[in-house]
Amino acid sequence: MSTKVQCVVCEGDVMLPAEVMEGELLTCPDCGTELEVVSLNPLTVAEAPEVQEDWGE
Amino acid sequence: MAHFFIFYTRLRTEEKLLFKAAEERGIPFSAVNVSDGMWPDIPGASGDVALCRCVSQTQNSALAVLLEARGVLTVNSSEVMALCADKIVTAAKLDAAGIPQPEYAVAFSPEGAIEGAKRLGYPLVIKPATGSWGRLLAKINDRDALEAVAEHKAHMGAAHSVLFMQQYVEKKGFDLRATLLGGEPITVIKRCSEHWITNTARGATPEKYPLSPEIKALLGRVQNAIGGEVLAVDLFETPEGGWMVNEVNGQPEFRSSDGELTGVDIAGRLVEHVWSLAAQK
Repeated sequence: MSTKVQCVVCEGDVMLPAEVMEGELLTCPDCGTELEVVSLNPLTVAEAPEVQEDWGE
Repeated sequence: MAHFFIFYTRLRTEEKLLFKAAEERGIPFSAVNVSDGMWPDIPGASGDVALCRCVSQTQNSALAVLLEARGVLTVNSSEVMALCADKIVTAAKLDAAGIPQPEYAVAFSPEGAIEGAKRLGYPLVIKPATGSWGRLLAKINDRDALEAVAEHKAHMGAAHSVLFMQQYVEKKGFDLRATLLGGEPITVIKRCSEHWITNTARGATPEKYPLSPEIKALLGRVQNAIGGEVLAVDLFETPEGGWMVNEVNGQPEFRSSDGELTGVDIAGRLVEHVWSLAAQK
């Protein structure tokens, strides 16, 4: 699997952690956008959703 | 053989810790991202156990209800999730059990909120009934602020049509967070902040704190009142030096209490506990 992915906002390179999983959050080092891994095959990231009112504990 | 599912929607630190802990212990489990899932295709059958870890409380509760209908044992149960997800329900339950908590009032209109303030005095705190991470908490110092916030709430939709108002407790810069597993407290930490909101999600600093017999007894009463397999209970020190319960969380985040600080592997204990429930079924 690729070791990096392209930021959907600024097209910067975002490194992937080893054994990346679906649902994992990444931060683009260039623009700071929070990205979510939405698929592993094909490897796809999207802008992570904004925090919702009922999120948390 | 029973299956052990860990359902999630977003991989927080806690979910990663849980997966790693289960792997290290050789506990067979399936991690299932239900973000794009659809019932009835989501797995789970009678006799299975499930740790429901959706970041949305609404989604977590719905998932638990559906799984329970199939005979899956969920942690926590949907009933406990419902008790903890709504602060008004939690307060009523604690009240019925005579457990000390900040004095509270519940208002159904801006006019009712003014009456609530007469009872509680200023400052007071308005919290959304559902919410976490310190979101949308409002410390109200006077009537002008209360009228403004209550009017705004009236335009924020049905979820804000009931105002949960709490007496403001001067908590000396910290509160306590206790994590209970299988009915027993396993960690207590002190959460310190100069801000009146002391959630670690809002930057409060965690410190280890001893479990006194008094705190243990109070937590036991909370456990009896709420039930559940895993709870996180937030405590305030009273001006008299005792303790009161501020909140009870039914799908705890535990990264601040886990590991080095407390010496307790909460993730490990939690997966072991849930897996042991499968064996008991």
